[in-house]
Parts: sequence; structure tokens; C-alpha cells
Amino acid sequence: MKAEHTRKLIVLAAIWVALLLAPYWMAPLGGYTALATRVLVLGLAAMSLNFLLGFTGVLSFGHAAYFGLGAYGAGLTLKFLALSTPLALVAGMLLGGLCGAILGLLIVRRRGVYFAMVTIAFGQVFYYIAFQWSSLTGGDDGLRGFSRQPIDLGAFKLDILSSANSFYYFVLFCFALAVGVMGFILRSPFGRTMIAIRENERRSRFLGIPVERHIWIAFTLSCFFMGFAGALYALVNNFADPRGLHYSQSGDFVMMAVMGGMRSFWGPLLGATVFVVLQDYLSSVTVNWMSFVGLLFVLVVLFFPRGLLGFFQRSKA
Amino acid sequence: MNVLQINNVTKRFGNLVAVRDVSLNVARGELCAIIGPNGAGKTTFFNLISGYFPPTSGTISFDGQDITRLATHERVRRGMARTFQITEIFPELNVFENVRIAAEVAGGYRLRPWINRAEAAKIHRHVEDTLKLVALETKTNRLVGELSHGDQRAAEIAMALSLKPHLLLLDEPTAGMGDQETYQITQLIRRLHRDSNYTIVLIEHDMRVVFHLADRICVLDQGKMLAQGTPKEIAANEAVQAAYLGTAA
Repeated sequence: MKAEHTRKLIVLAAIWVALLLAPYWMAPLGGYTALATRVLVLGLAAMSLNFLLGFTGVLSFGHAAYFGLGAYGAGLTLKFLALSTPLALVAGMLLGGLCGAILGLLIVRRRGVYFAMVTIAFGQVFYYIAFQWSSLTGGDDGLRGFSRQPIDLGAFKLDILSSANSFYYFVLFCFALAVGVMGFILRSPFGRTMIAIRENERRSRFLGIPVERHIWIAFTLSCFFMGFAGALYALVNNFADPRGLHYSQSGDFVMMAVMGGMRSFWGPLLGATVFVVLQDYLSSVTVNWMSFVGLLFVLVVLFFPRGLLGFFQRSKA
Repeated sequence: MNVLQINNVTKRFGNLVAVRDVSLNVARGELCAIIGPNGAGKTTFFNLISGYFPPTSGTISFDGQDITRLATHERVRRGMARTFQITEIFPELNVFENVRIAAEVAGGYRLRPWINRAEAAKIHRHVEDTLKLVALETKTNRLVGELSHGDQRAAEIAMALSLKPHLLLLDEPTAGMGDQETYQITQLIRRLHRDSNYTIVLIEHDMRVVFHLADRICVLDQGKMLAQGTPKEIAANEAVQAAYLGTAA
């Protein structure tokens, strides 16, 4: 048990050291800092989805809606309300989270494929709103005309607009905050009831857990995290796109989570890393890059059903 | 005083009447066994008591309060715990984690995003005591899915016990077990009843177990209550013998 604990601590330390030093080791390997920033943001989105999928056992196929709402929430705040990055992040998170909370009430009684279908349907509603309401959202062209603002820390200003490294560390700080809260919840009694529901819904019910209420809370929390990731994504690109709400984007998040390992906390981050790096590299070689990512996904599902991280963990154990 | 009071309960599924006008009272500290041939409606009757589905007609009271339309988790909160014919556990968690979830829910921590050291220590002690009671204290770190059938059943009973129930419903606790495991589970139920004074209702096929444990036996046949009485009375009841062995034409 002690050896297992030590091994976990070493892996955790290695992950954080790699993330902290990413701008320095990525460049020699042919990467660039903005790529690492994208990995963090999409990794956070995949981890947010996995908070529900991997730890409550409920598959949402429409989570991109809350990611996209987060992006529009941040973009619209910066464009129309206030030139404040923190406010934009909070607005994006609230928009994604509150919409998730309201729709979650209608969704949580469904299970399995019906749950997935209803989440897709609601997701597509938001997609078409963003697509059609051109005067507010920019329609198919997306929301432009805003940019992330420097962070005023009193003594000095953090220039996250023109310095890629500063922005990376700002995103890493936000990522650490969100991931810390996620980890804290999962280790709590409430987090354990989520795992109980994943493991055996009937037993959970007969232990006195109101299963639907707990799934709703998990769904809502997951949407808040998703909205936060979406808000960060709007800051990465200074742009919000209706395709960020589309169900194909939800599929990408599911793919990242499953590929990395949905039973492990960090698996989706690994999945997002593989996905984003492959996308970046392959899309400069061929327009059919998605076929290769798809092929890798199929191979992982066939040969490593617990995902890449699940496979590594099992071979060490 | 009766812990459980069931009055004229009927359950229909379309044209099929699975449970027909059944009444049953269970006194505090009593061990009542429900027996009957396959398809007699025993598990349906259990599902009605535990709230898996509502009855078509009739009422169910628990600790003096009407619970006929109450959801399962509400009944559990009021002190009703249940095990299943096919063991329902969290197979990928270890024995300790399985029972801890039950203990935390029973302790009122289920919505808490944190737990302090003193509370965690209290839960820990409670889980360890419960595991000792079912003789699983040496297997706390084992995954429940990897345990023997008998130990899995013991873990399931431990989860039910850690809810501190006023009423324990056991659906065929020795189903699919060998002689040794059946003996162990029977002894465990006996200890829970005699030493810890739990009120227990159990469904059981193994007549050795039933006659060894029960204070009272209820016989269901084709959804109806055929007979109720002490083990001696039931053994001598001709209608029961006919239901089990068939009547000579």
C-alpha cells in the first residue's frame, strides 16, 4: 500500500513538473507554447466530461454545448460588457454551468443510449441558436472582435495577450484550480457516491442514495467545469465558434476521454494530448488527419480497453 | 410493536397477479422466513416492501408510518436495508470501500464535499466493527469482485448492516452456495438475530436454513399467503405439503 502511494505521488509530481516546464521542453521537440495551451484547455474539457462519464458512469454526448456556451459567455462579456479576463471566465463558467443545471433536471431520469440522445438533442439546440442568431453570436462566422485582456495584479500587469508563455502559465493556473476542485470532490463522500452509482446503480439506491439527484449534481458540476474550459478556449483563440457547440465536438471530447482512459483521473489529459498533437502534426500533412486519429482510437479501444493510461497503470501493477 | 405491517397488498402486472391480497406483520426482534415454490411471488413481495415498485392496492407501514408510496432511498433512510438474490455490490472497489460508502450515506455525509479527520475516523471504526461482525476483517483490501460467493454475500450483508437498519430484508442469502458457505451465512444470520437482536425477514429455498433460523414461517403460493406459523406448525400443515409436493389425484 505504501509503495503504491509513493508511486502515485511520483507520477503526480512528474505530471506537474512536465506541465510547469512545457514551454521549455516542447520547443526542442518541434512543438510550441500555444500548442501546450490548447492541450491544457481541451484536456480540462475532456477531464470535465470524464468527471461525469468516468466517475458517475453516465455518457453525455452533448457536452460540447456547455463548452461552447462557456466560450460564448466569455466572448460576449469581453465584447459587450467589460474588458476583464477574470469576469469573462466567470461569466463563461456560469453560462455553461447554469444551462447544464436547468437541462440536467430534464435529462437525469434517462439512462444509457436515451441519456446520450437527449444530451445530443439539447446540445444541437444551442448549436442552432449560435448558428442562427447572427446579430449576437456572429452566426456561422463565429464571434469575433474581442481579445483577452492583461491581468492587473496591482503591483504588476500579467501580459497574457502578447506573451505566449505568460498566457500558458495563466491557463495552467486556471487548469490547476479546476482540476484541484475536481480531485477534491472525487475524494469526498459525495465523490464516492458518484463512484457507487457508476459501479452499481441498484445497490446505490438501496443504500439510500437518491440516484437521480446525485447524477444531476454531478452533471451540473461537470457542466460548470466544461463552461470554464470553454471560456478559456475563447481566450486562447480570441474567437468563439458555433462548431464548438456541435455534437461532433462532443464526440471529440468522448474520444479523448476514452482514448486516454476514462477510469483514471489523468487519462483524459493524456487522450487530449495525443489528440491535439496528432491533429496539429497530421493536419499539416494531410486534410484527412481525422482518419488517422480515428484509426488510433479504434486500435486503443480494441487493444487497450482501459485507455492508454489504464494500460500503463495495469502493466506496472 | 410491529416494525412492519403489510395490509392486503396486491401487485398486478397486466393480467398477471403476482401478489394477491397478502397481509403480514413483523414484530421487533423477530426473524420471519418467507418460503414458497418457484414463481410464488416471494421476490415481488420483497420488491413491494423495499419500494422497488409500488403495490397496485393495499398499504405498507414501517415503524408505524405509511410508506406505501415512498421511494426506495426514503425507506432506506428510515431504517430498511436489503440484500438481493444475485449479490449487488460494487465489484471494482475493495471490501472496506464498499462498506464505507454505506456507512457515509447512513451517517448523513452523502452530499458532503469534504469530511474531517474525526468524522473519517468514526466512519473507519464503524466500518471495521461491521466487517468484524461478518468475519471479513482480514479481507478489507481485497476487491469485492474477486472474493468467493460467500464472502461477497457477507460483504453485501455488511453494507446493509452499516446502514444501522431496524429491518433487514435478505433475499435468498444462501442461493448458489456450497454446504460450507451456507453454514457460515446461516451462523452469521443467527448471530445477527440472536446476539444483535436484528429484525429480519428472509426469503429462502433451503429448508434446513429456514427451520434452523426462523421464529415464524410464511408460505406464499401463486401470489397468495397459504399459511403462517411457527416452524412446527408449518411442518405439520397439509396445505403446505400439498403446495410443495403436489396433491395425489
